Amino acid sequence: MTTAALGALDALDRQRRRRQSVALGVLAAGLVSAVLTGLGVGAVGIAPLQCLAILGHALGLPLPWTYEPVQESVLLSIRLPRVVLGVLTGASLAISGAALQALFRNPLADPGLIGISNGAGLAAAGAIVLAPPALAAAFGGFLLPLAAFGGALLATIVVYRVATRDGRTEVATLLLAGIALNAIAAAGIGLLIFLSTDQQLRDLNFWLLGSLGGTTWRALLPVIPCVVAPVAALAMLSGPLNALLLGESEAGHLGVPVERIKQAVVALVALSVGAGVALTGIIAFVGLVVPHLLRLAIGPDHRVVLPGSILLGATLMLVADLLARTVVVPAELPVGILTSCVGGPFFLWLLMRRRGLASW
Amino acid sequence: MPTSTQPRSARPYRRIPALLTSLLLPALVLATPPERVVSVDGSLTEIVYALGEADRLVAVDTTSTYPPEALASLPNVGYMRQLSAEPILSLSPDLVLSSSDAGPPAALQQLREAGVPVTGIENDTTAQGVLDKIRAVGEALSVSDAAAALAERVEAAFAEARADVARYDDRPRVLCLLSARGSPVAAGEDTAAAHLIALAGGRNAVTGYSGYKPLNPEAAVALRPDVILLADRTLKDLGGRETLLARPELAATPAGQAGRVVTMDMMLMLGFGPRTPEAVRRVAAAIRGGSEAAQAAP
Repeated sequence: MTTAALGALDALDRQRRRRQSVALGVLAAGLVSAVLTGLGVGAVGIAPLQCLAILGHALGLPLPWTYEPVQESVLLSIRLPRVVLGVLTGASLAISGAALQALFRNPLADPGLIGISNGAGLAAAGAIVLAPPALAAAFGGFLLPLAAFGGALLATIVVYRVATRDGRTEVATLLLAGIALNAIAAAGIGLLIFLSTDQQLRDLNFWLLGSLGGTTWRALLPVIPCVVAPVAALAMLSGPLNALLLGESEAGHLGVPVERIKQAVVALVALSVGAGVALTGIIAFVGLVVPHLLRLAIGPDHRVVLPGSILLGATLMLVADLLARTVVVPAELPVGILTSCVGGPFFLWLLMRRRGLASW
Repeated sequence: MPTSTQPRSARPYRRIPALLTSLLLPALVLATPPERVVSVDGSLTEIVYALGEADRLVAVDTTSTYPPEALASLPNVGYMRQLSAEPILSLSPDLVLSSSDAGPPAALQQLREAGVPVTGIENDTTAQGVLDKIRAVGEALSVSDAAAALAERVEAAFAEARADVARYDDRPRVLCLLSARGSPVAAGEDTAAAHLIALAGGRNAVTGYSGYKPLNPEAAVALRPDVILLADRTLKDLGGRETLLARPELAATPAGQAGRVVTMDMMLMLGFGPRTPEAVRRVAAAIRGGSEAAQAAP
């Protein structure tokens, strides 16, 4: 190969990297503005400078702008945890989707597909419909998230066990087992809906449609490490996931411990999504759409797709939640309705435009 | 000329049983006072008991929680909005007392087609609505005189309650919660809860939507409710008073700061039956922190 050709390749590589860092920069700027908008906009009016003053005061930094105590408690104990939860769930759903799509080499994979969402849904529905009030009181409001988290993990373990034989996990079986488990969980949820009273039905509905409302620091704090740690770990798997795009045996020849990577991805996804779903309920389409959007825009390299998914997933979630809590004030839409009714048609459009996702 | 445009039934004899069941049988049945009555609405069950006609009931629905002996002593045909025709028919009723809330429509239609009259009494959640319901039940059970007397007593009780409420000169803002698992689900305008609050001389804190919907937590703060009203069962489900008031969107309201939570039995609160004047007086006192509180929350 001539030096000229090598130089050209080098230039191409540099150009691609520049494009990737520009893309990540744009996504990061998008997330920052979404966070600021999310903090600044809501049913209670708080001017941007007042926001600053409140946050400054909370950090021990006196600023000259005045605000009312109500504004302070709204910003610090309602809006801020909500924005944090939005960032966490959006990021974990999107990066989980990206990692699972790479692992399964299947463009339709998302956290819901291996049973996580419906497993959590079934357990949460059980907690709402079957748990006696005394039990709910004993857990002081934590029964539902704990049940949902447990359900998500349990469903994933079952699916994983079914698909693993002699230490090897059949990816196709994993997918099919996920579908079967989803069907079982959906039937269980249907049965619980049938058994529920009027009020339980109301609770169930809003949980199954997903919402970031009603977040408190008390419920959020234990969730933060459960989401942040696995998301960070997933983000470090870009090398092995890139190798897996070539195929399992090819990745093995490249020195990737394929089985360990599979276990790690499934476990990390179950942990991060399970913890998020425990507080938000089922939020559809973020995990599916975000990675596809990124691949369309900046190609399939996971060194960009994974961090990009974190940024874009969090941004989209914040925007969806902002709409959910502002368009019908004083009421509030379940955010899962918004993500599905925007995500579904958008995905169809993508499909028609690309005529199949074979080239993802 | 083509044949007549009039739809022509190929087998007219098929219509005869339908005619019989849909017209003649109910007419025959209505001619004699019904003796096997299924009541599928808590407020209608209450009225039947208040009229002293409970021995004519053969079954009730899950909302018939008052008086307690109704559900304790009678078969339960399920939830009034999820009725199923066959279990009801198996009791061979000659009348189904239902309000306009009962459903699903297909099940009610099946009952009618099987020859059982279904009343479908309008459930208007106002004082006048309660009186109308009482008279309608009386008519359906052929005890119109007793019903007129009961309606008169209830009307007098409403007048008393109204006089009671008139003594208060403040109008507290009341937030009525149906649930608070995610975002709090609150009663909007034109709901039974809103009507009860108005009767008790309070103001429904929620304006801007009707029906029961999840409330934006920030909006809950902005509405500045003085009191939170909810069913005692709901409060238990939510983990008690402390857990409820610890929620930031409630803690930041005047109600949260003063710890003003009023609870009441769900059917007493929202049933709009003969006990509603009592509910009005209790709520009126409780939302003003009166000692004859509806039930001080545990």
